[in-house]
Order: sequence, then C-alpha cells, then structure tokens
Amino acid sequence: MNRIDEKFSALKSRGRTALITFITAGDPDLETTAKILRVLERSGADLVELGVPFSDPMADGPTIQRASERALQKGASLPRILRMVREFRRDSEIPLILFGYYNPFFRYGLKRFTREASAAGVDGILCVDLPPEESGELKRWTDARGLDTIFLLAPTSDAGRIRLVARQGGGFVYYVSVTGVTGARRRFEDHLHAQVARVRRYTSLPVGVGFGISTPEQAAWIASFADAAVVGSALIEVMEKADQNQEKVKRAGLFVGRLKRAMERVRKKVIR
Amino acid sequence: MPDKQGHFGVYGGRYVSETLMPALIELEKAYGRVRRDPSFRREFRHYLHEYAGRETPLYFAERLTQKLRGAKIYLKREDLCHTGAHKINNTLGQVLLALRMEKRRIIAETGAGQHGVATATVAAKFGLECEIFMGKEDVERQSLNVLRMKLLGAKVRIVESGSQTLKDAMNEALRDWVTYVRNTYYMIGSVAGPHPYPMMVRDFQSVIGQEARKQHLALTGRLPDYLVACVGGGSNSMGLFYPFLKDSSVKMVGVEAAGLGLKSGRHAASVLGGKVGVLHGSKSYLLQDNMGQIRHTHSIAAGLDYPGVGPELSFLRDQGRVHFVSATDREAANALQLLAEVEGIIPALESAHAVAEVIRLAPRLRKNRTIVVNLSGRGDKDMDTVGEYLGVTL
Repeated sequence: MNRIDEKFSALKSRGRTALITFITAGDPDLETTAKILRVLERSGADLVELGVPFSDPMADGPTIQRASERALQKGASLPRILRMVREFRRDSEIPLILFGYYNPFFRYGLKRFTREASAAGVDGILCVDLPPEESGELKRWTDARGLDTIFLLAPTSDAGRIRLVARQGGGFVYYVSVTGVTGARRRFEDHLHAQVARVRRYTSLPVGVGFGISTPEQAAWIASFADAAVVGSALIEVMEKADQNQEKVKRAGLFVGRLKRAMERVRKKVIR
Repeated sequence: MPDKQGHFGVYGGRYVSETLMPALIELEKAYGRVRRDPSFRREFRHYLHEYAGRETPLYFAERLTQKLRGAKIYLKREDLCHTGAHKINNTLGQVLLALRMEKRRIIAETGAGQHGVATATVAAKFGLECEIFMGKEDVERQSLNVLRMKLLGAKVRIVESGSQTLKDAMNEALRDWVTYVRNTYYMIGSVAGPHPYPMMVRDFQSVIGQEARKQHLALTGRLPDYLVACVGGGSNSMGLFYPFLKDSSVKMVGVEAAGLGLKSGRHAASVLGGKVGVLHGSKSYLLQDNMGQIRHTHSIAAGLDYPGVGPELSFLRDQGRVHFVSATDREAANALQLLAEVEGIIPALESAHAVAEVIRLAPRLRKNRTIVVNLSGRGDKDMDTVGEYLGVTL
C-alpha cells in the first residue's frame, strides 16, 4: 500500500472525503511552493496535486494558464521540481501526485523520470492528455516503481471507458465534473452525484471529483457523495490576490482550512 | 494506413483529455462509415467539382523551366481552387461529415487564415454556426483573410495567449471543443491533431495527388521524378504525396520553413530541427527545449509558423520515403517574386517555400526529368507582408 491508498482507506474508515488541493509547482517560485505545501498539509489538505507547468496547457482555463506561465518564467522544470519534492518529503508523509501534460515527462525520459520521481517521494502521476489507450509506455515504468497512474473520467465517458479506466488506473479515479477546462464555475452538470454513483458501479477505486470546485459550500456538497474533492484554480486565485509571497502562503492556508471545515461537517453517503 | 489507435509507426495516436476521447471515437466511427459509403463519395466529388472548381490544372511552367535550365517543372494549381488554396478540399469533406453527424456548430483554428476562410465558406454554404480561432499576430499579418471570414458570417476569436500564432489558436480551439463537445464539430485544417484527423484530412486532400498523377501520366506518359511541397502541419504535402507512396521511382521532398535560418533558432522546421514529442493530440517531431516546453517558432509564412508536423510525415521521414529540406524567409520571398515575374502567378508565401526548393533542385537535374510542385495557395493574402519585406512601394 502506498501513501495514496493508505490515506483513502484511513478516510474511508472515518466516513470522510479527502480534500485534494492543486497548486502549480514553481508559482510564484519553487521555494514558496515548498512553503505552500507545508501550509496546505497543516490546514487540512489530505493529498496534493503538484502541477508541472507546460507551455501549452490546453486543458486548463485562464487561472492555471497564468500560473504555468509564471512558473516557467521563474525557471521551474521537472528536475528542479523533483529536487524540491525530495526536500519536502524529508518531513512530510502527505500523498503527492504530479499532475501535468505528457510532453515534459516524455521528453525527460520515462524511465529516468519515474525513477527520480519515485526516489523523491512522489506517489502518483496524472497526465491530462494521456488516456489509458496511450499510457502503456508510461505505465510500464510507473508500475515497476510503485507509482500510481491516475486517469480521468468525464461526463462524456461511457461504460466501456469507465471499465477501461477501472482496469488500468491506480490510486483513485479523477472524475471531471463538467465538460470544459479547469477553472471556477457557478454550477455543475445535473446529476453529478448520480454520475459518481455510475462510476462506482465499475470500480472499487476511490472516486474524486474536480474541475470547477471553488467554494466551501461546493466542496461540502461534493463531500456528501464523492471520495475526494479537488480544488485548484480557486486556490491559485486566492494566492494571486496577495502581492507578497508570505501573504500568499498565509491565505492559501486560511482558504484550505475553510474548505476542510466545511467538508468535515458532512457525512458521506456512498451510493452505487 | 495507421493502426487501430491511429499510430503511424511510433507516431500519431490520441493524446487528449478524457472528455474528448468519446468524441474522437465517435468521429472515427462516423468517418469509417462515410469512407465506404458511395453516396458520400459521390456527394464529396460533386462539391469538389461544382463548388471548389476541381480539377485544378497541372500546368507546365515553361518559362520557369527555361530560366532554371534543368528539369521540367509542373505546377499543381491548388491556388485556383475556390477560396484560393487547397484547404477547401478538406473542409468540404469534413462539413459533409459534420452534417451527417448532425453537428450544427463548427470551430476551427487557422494560421494563414486559409483554413479559416475555407471553414467559414463551407459553414456559410451549409448554414452552420462557425467560430474561427486565430492568433493575434496572424490576425495582423493576414488581415485580408480575417475580413473574408467575417463577411462569410464566421465569428473570429482572437487568441492572445502564448506566441499568438497557430499553435495557440489550436490550444484555444481545443479548449472550446472540450467545453462544447456535445454539439460542436472541430474542423482541424491539417494532417495533425489526434486520430482520426491525420488520416481523414490526408484522405480528403489526396484528391490533389490523384489528379496530379493522372494528369502527369496523360501529359508525359510516365510518372514524375520529384514531388515538392511545403510542410507546416503538412496537409498539402500529404495530399500530393499519398497517392504516389507506392511509386518507388517518385522522390518526395517536403520543404520546411527555415525562417531566419536553421542555425538562428528562429524557424519552424519541426522535422529538421525538432525532437519527438507530444502536442495537440499526437506524437510527432516537435520544436521544443530539452525540458519538453514548446518553442516559439518563426516564419514569414503564417501557415507554416507551427512547432509540429503531421505524424504520418514523421513516419515517412524515418522510413526515408520523404526527404526534408528547408527554405528561409528570404528564399521564399525571392521565389514568390520570381514566379510572379516569369509565370504571372503569385503564390502564397507558404507555397513559395516549395518553389524555392524547386529553384535549387531543377538546375541539378537533367532536362528529361520532371518535378511536380504543389502550388497550394495564392498570394493575395500576403501582399502586405511581401511588399514590406521586399521593399515594394506604391
């Protein structure tokens, strides 16, 4: 069992939903990213998705596009991010998922990338533009190193695709709440809870929901039926509003604390 | 033919977010059906003939041939197609498919604006809603085409992210598609993108090569020795090359945009200067840094100003079937000028890259050899750029 599995089973035994927070590594710089990671953990994040910036983030809305640009301008790169993770891992056991686009991983060399990621203390890899059909060459290495390969499902995925992800995926299933790019939204697709229930029929993996969750109320609602709620763009926007890095770290902590408290107030009902 | 998942050797495939996978599988199935459907093929041929104005001539460029004192040069006159470039071949095929799939909204990316115009044209003709994504830099340098798209009733969405060129227009089109995937048809203009686009666009464009092959045989009684075409994403080159792939005597040359020179770093020669990577849904040669970030490109020709290339061309390069060379901005502008002066034909700056290679190649070949060059588009759209570049004043 790796850190992701352990975390989900611990939460399950308490009937709780995980709070997964997304930040872009290197925004505003890697030193601050390490501080943000610590405050996220202290404030109640259960898992962290660490975004690896890419020059052409075509699955992302404006907020994460901006974050990626800032990170790349500050020189964030895969080896530097992994170095930061290795440092951070010395005194933290929070599950860490590298979240990004395939090309930077592919270019680095999948064998080398997975070896270094695993050694640094990464627990899972999620590539937004890598569906199960194309994941063979990555999974060959992630499987060998005990890294989870996490896949997405979307409102457009049919039963066949849910089965495919159930067969190939590890860690948890990331259910994309809406058709669209990342970013805050007012409302979700109808019957989101029914869609999550549909996914559960085909897999015993935990089901997390992300894309567009931006308020404690929304996170609490997701917590009433899913195994994880992922918050990304909203967290980045909270930090964008502060000028000083120290202030960014502080606000991230306060925001995540509010999300967590709202989620703790609900009891999850698992429907299949 | 690619494998079932759309791979040409190690290239191609479908590297997209899950939300789009069902749409691509639906598209693949729909295309698989029409491909074998005689009524679809009849209808496609009908519109190519009656609406796009095919077939286009294979024109013997006599004065250019005399001037270069080498191989005989034939121009495949795609510039004479309706809308002024080969792009209409593909958009006619795809719009007929979109209609069968009952999609009422069309989106497309465009660089030079030729694919945007060709998309807006078929959308107008068939009464569909149309939005075109175009980088801000391209909007400025191809303003004539922006006006055309607007007159055709399309909404032009100006893209200000990244390098503000074709690559960023494609990012934005993909973002739109993932949001409105249920009612929107994404009309990709090149042999790039995820499966089935590279195969489908190639098939629709291969009318170019089918005609050229027949015409060359009729004119000379044999096959050409060389085919030359410019390569950005690669649709005009694949369209010309594909029907000749099995003719081993026919040599194929793809001409990439060398911009300010391959050594300057400011170019768009993805095959010659790139490494294998994944962008916009497929694996192919890609201009990128050693951390896998996509590099900014430069070419005087907006339609070639793209960091990638169609996956099948990467495959054919590795096979040694297509030979790649490049032409600089300067060589392309000079070629445009020469063709205008000796043949009375002003090619698009994109196509002028192919002509530039012909200017180097023809004199090295014996006079009984022939070259077919794809004149993929006409140059009207480039007059501002060329005038400024060559210092032509009013």
